[in-house]
Amino acid sequence: MRKVAVVGTGHTPFTFASDKSSVELFSEAAMDAINESNLKPKDMQALYVGNVLGDFSEGQAMVQSYCADDIGAFNIPATRFEGACASSTLAIRDAFIWVASGFYDVVLAGGVETAAKMGTPLATRTFAMAHDSHYEYPIGLTFPGFFAMLAHLYSSKYGVPLQRLKEQMALVSVQSHRYGVHNRVAQFHKEITVEDALTSFMVCSPLQLYDCCPFSDGAAAVVLASEEKARQLTDKPVFITGVGQSSSGKLSSQKDYAPRIRAREVSVKQAYDMAGIKPEDVDICELHDCFSIASIIAAESLGFAEYGKGGELWEKGEAKVGGRIPINVSGGLKSKGHPIGATGASQVYEVVHQIRGQVEPERQVEGVKIGLTDTLGGDGVLCNIVLQKGW
Amino acid sequence: MEYKLTFKEFNKALKKGRLLGLKCRDCDKFTCPPKMACQECGSTNLDTAALGGSGKIVTFTVSYVPSEGRDAEVPYTIVMVELDEGPWLMGNLTDMDPNRVTMDIVGRRVQLGSRSKVLPGDAYSIGGKEAEGGFARPTFIFA
Repeated sequence: MRKVAVVGTGHTPFTFASDKSSVELFSEAAMDAINESNLKPKDMQALYVGNVLGDFSEGQAMVQSYCADDIGAFNIPATRFEGACASSTLAIRDAFIWVASGFYDVVLAGGVETAAKMGTPLATRTFAMAHDSHYEYPIGLTFPGFFAMLAHLYSSKYGVPLQRLKEQMALVSVQSHRYGVHNRVAQFHKEITVEDALTSFMVCSPLQLYDCCPFSDGAAAVVLASEEKARQLTDKPVFITGVGQSSSGKLSSQKDYAPRIRAREVSVKQAYDMAGIKPEDVDICELHDCFSIASIIAAESLGFAEYGKGGELWEKGEAKVGGRIPINVSGGLKSKGHPIGATGASQVYEVVHQIRGQVEPERQVEGVKIGLTDTLGGDGVLCNIVLQKGW
Repeated sequence: MEYKLTFKEFNKALKKGRLLGLKCRDCDKFTCPPKMACQECGSTNLDTAALGGSGKIVTFTVSYVPSEGRDAEVPYTIVMVELDEGPWLMGNLTDMDPNRVTMDIVGRRVQLGSRSKVLPGDAYSIGGKEAEGGFARPTFIFA
């Protein structure tokens, strides 16, 4: 398999309800990625777009074909990826495999979502479609409800008193907001305190408002190229050196490992093994913090902390810039925002920019060589990507 | 290959307070809610079985933010119950005020009530014949 590099990136601001359509948002991100790569739309040999709920938010299905046409990449093969919140990570992983295999030399991949446009009731209903429609939705399970149940299970299983766990969760959100202030694309540019987090309204016990990511609109995209092509286009290629993907059933199917998401451990092992690295080799991580508890659970499965001790990373300052394992210094899903079809591409964008030394100085990590992205779609899709500095 | 125990059958039984699952002829373990293959060993040598409906609460949440069209329900309590036969089953806990539910309920024994609440279909489920008459919600009370 050939080596594959990210040669161009694009990212719209992540916002509350947008006044642009999904096709418009993706086109903006895509053109920035194509221009940065010093290529043209007609050079793209395929387009992979993550988009989960465009059918509901805009009445627009099949967005990928219109995106290709819109940017002048006429008649190229275009495919939509749906993996709930992991959709654009799936798109990028697949694009990587097609280029690594030699079938394509240059592929445009990313994602877009306009979830905020739906308003809370419809967004809550449609996000709940990433759980079991027959065996869970009738009971009233919603997206925050799933993670809320993991939080109580975590407290009970690991013997972390709920109040302490909630304080750890609050620290995760406080850190997210602190860094989001300095990220130009972030939805929120305001700090919060632990007290704000612990006194905000209850969504699904024990998760309160600031434990939960917002509904967001936005798009992000990358151009991938073979090593040979990349070296013609840029002197700062960032290589994708490992990918992993896994699936799982609903929560009751995950009983043997919960609150660990077993599928993540399967997926990240593939990525680490392919890249030939261990967790301690990772210089920066963008992981899936759709809810504060999800950060703690993810950090453990990715190998950054022992099970039951993930919250201590934030208590001890180990997850901040300058810490042992900087986590979500982009602001993460909580304060950068979470347009679910675009989040995977946004995480890759952040890691690429950190490796290139191109992010705002307040949140730039020194000497980043290896980064890891981690996306959890619903309760059933896991995808991980390892990226490495190529110069 | 025919799907042995469909949602349609599971749902019909649950509406009458009966909990069905599948017992595996290869590993003797139970699968519930039903699937095509045994959730423990992956075999498709399965027989429909009646489960007791009793177990203990392993986790829960009280939900305050409703999904579209379900405003009248909040707040409500969701529990995950480890059935005595082994599988985990999600349902609603109905004999405690949701505002009084705390971590203290984890570990408590519950049983399926004789009448399950039923959710009418919405725009995304209305056509499915498997859901005729609405979706039963496993409804637990303290044992």
